[in-house]
Amino acid sequence: MSQPGAMRSEAGAGHNAAAELLALYRSLVLIRRSEERLSRMFADGEVPGFIHLSIGQEAVSAGVMSALTPQDTIASTHRGHGHAIAKGISLDGFFAELLARDTGLCRGRGGSMHVADMSVGMLGANGIVGAGVSIALGSALAHKTQKNGAIAVAFFGDGALAEGLMHECLNMAALWKLPLLFVCENNGWGEFLPTSKQLAFTLKDLAAAYRIPHVVIDGNDVAVVAEHAASLVAEVRRDGPRVLECMTTRVRGHFEGDAQKYRDPDELAGLSARDPLDVTAGQLKALGIGESALADIADEIAARIEAAVEAARAAPMPSFEAAQADVYTVSNAARENA
Amino acid sequence: MAEMRYLRAINQALADAMAADPSVILLGEDVGEAGGSFGASRGLRDRFGAERVIDTPISEAALAGAAVGAALSGLRPVAEIMFMDFTTLVMDALVNQAAKARFMFGGQRSVPMVLRTPHGGGLGAGPQHSQCLEAWFAHVPGLKVVCPSDPTSAYGLLRAAIADPDPVVFIEHKALYAMKGEVPDDAPLLPLGRAAILREGRDATIVAYGAAVHTALAAAGQLAEEGIEAEVVDLRSIQPWDEETVLASLSRTHRLVVVHEAVEAFGVGAEIVARMADIGFDELDGPILRVAAPFMPVPFSKGLETAYLPSPERVAAAVRRTLA
Repeated sequence: MSQPGAMRSEAGAGHNAAAELLALYRSLVLIRRSEERLSRMFADGEVPGFIHLSIGQEAVSAGVMSALTPQDTIASTHRGHGHAIAKGISLDGFFAELLARDTGLCRGRGGSMHVADMSVGMLGANGIVGAGVSIALGSALAHKTQKNGAIAVAFFGDGALAEGLMHECLNMAALWKLPLLFVCENNGWGEFLPTSKQLAFTLKDLAAAYRIPHVVIDGNDVAVVAEHAASLVAEVRRDGPRVLECMTTRVRGHFEGDAQKYRDPDELAGLSARDPLDVTAGQLKALGIGESALADIADEIAARIEAAVEAARAAPMPSFEAAQADVYTVSNAARENA
Repeated sequence: MAEMRYLRAINQALADAMAADPSVILLGEDVGEAGGSFGASRGLRDRFGAERVIDTPISEAALAGAAVGAALSGLRPVAEIMFMDFTTLVMDALVNQAAKARFMFGGQRSVPMVLRTPHGGGLGAGPQHSQCLEAWFAHVPGLKVVCPSDPTSAYGLLRAAIADPDPVVFIEHKALYAMKGEVPDDAPLLPLGRAAILREGRDATIVAYGAAVHTALAAAGQLAEEGIEAEVVDLRSIQPWDEETVLASLSRTHRLVVVHEAVEAFGVGAEIVARMADIGFDELDGPILRVAAPFMPVPFSKGLETAYLPSPERVAAAVRRTLA
């Protein structure tokens, strides 16, 4: 693992480093506060369905996305709020979707596990473990075929490493030298079972088997993630696939409402020492950024979130007829009237 | 006007679609250097290059998933699954991803992909290389399912499937690959969801698709010798299917027999029969009957397989029974 926070100071101390880190911190705070808001609304019964929060894993989203262009595409997982927000989806559309409104990004048809915004290259969260990896593979193939210079990023958890599809995709990406960055969020848990009881191998072994360069880093230090992502994204654009394994922490349960009785209380209590927001806030203070600057960010983001929540609450629920008419691009009825 | 075999019509449709639209790519096992395991993509890699005619490893799940991702990213992929039996391995990509992406993302983007695959028995290919599984896909909202019966419709429907904005499962029958037919130069695209009446008759309607159309036509020939005039409707598309044409035919003949090679129980025929029993109830003068495969795996041994497949004699007997 890299030394947390070591690189930015080497890359260019002073104003630029502080401004870049502040931008990353802003992304972390936006994800964290959005999910905390969702958690409260879920507990109050205002957010329906199942939600899976990425609290404790925000640095992976913020860091990787800082290295991408708007043309680059990502495919995400069931724990995908952070990926979506960091990729730049509309916050209003996000909250409206989570509140099942017609103004939601998916018009209230997808919900948390299917948040997508094609306009910013976010090809969707996914309810099926590992499925997003093959969608990212196909997106990378499209970028290569179209020679548009873009890359695709496949996000997945350590739990997806046991899926056969994962192995097929690693092979094909390597075989065809696709512009595809594999990003593993290794939080040590696959649903309710620790990784150690699910995998007979490591991602490092697996990447080596497919001869794809692999880097494992501290996924809770956004500066570290951003630096490695930047260099790997450049390599992917030039040479083909890379694997970035981010060691991170799942603070909440598998799903919201999971009491996590299967976890050691000491392990859970220890997670706060690696909190990505605290890690970065400490680095910012060391760079001379004062408390007031961080408080300003907190206030600004809280206001954005409240505005999004209020707009979603005021928005209409989706119409059944409109949903039913949108299963196909041109409905059979419209086809016959044409 | 050119006479060509069914397989060649598929090949021609792929070539013409690729020439007309640079976003069309082919991918699948052995579609490139080998030209397809049945020869459907022969010559296309040389003509369009290895970047557009892509040999994949034996990884059905990933190649189908990649087709979804490519379709969401600006291409029109045509994926080949060598035998329909192997579509068991691509179910997530088709059912959870391709079929739902447009709907569950709020209509942001369509998934313009085609998955071509041959089904059907008669070649002694045994239980894992002969199945007709189209009902599975017809049951999934968001997918379209097409199954042409001759070279002319194979060409026109495949061009339409590739041009269609939504995911299409395009089913070819292995036993039809050698069949000859006319495919005109600049043959038109045939609209999905439209049936064709291949033989007119006043006494009974026989609805079929794919190779079973020829079983139905042979039965109609036998019945004509007895003075029974059967109308044969080639469904062409299974999802959506042409309810209007079937109902109109039933309204003329008042008797209906549905034929397919797939297992009868819970099959495509069950849906057609149920709909006609509802919207066509007043037209019916006899029981609606199905002629399809028994509820058992496709057997290998020649005698067993022949007994398994629907025959013109069984279809003719069903028509006689509904007329009795």
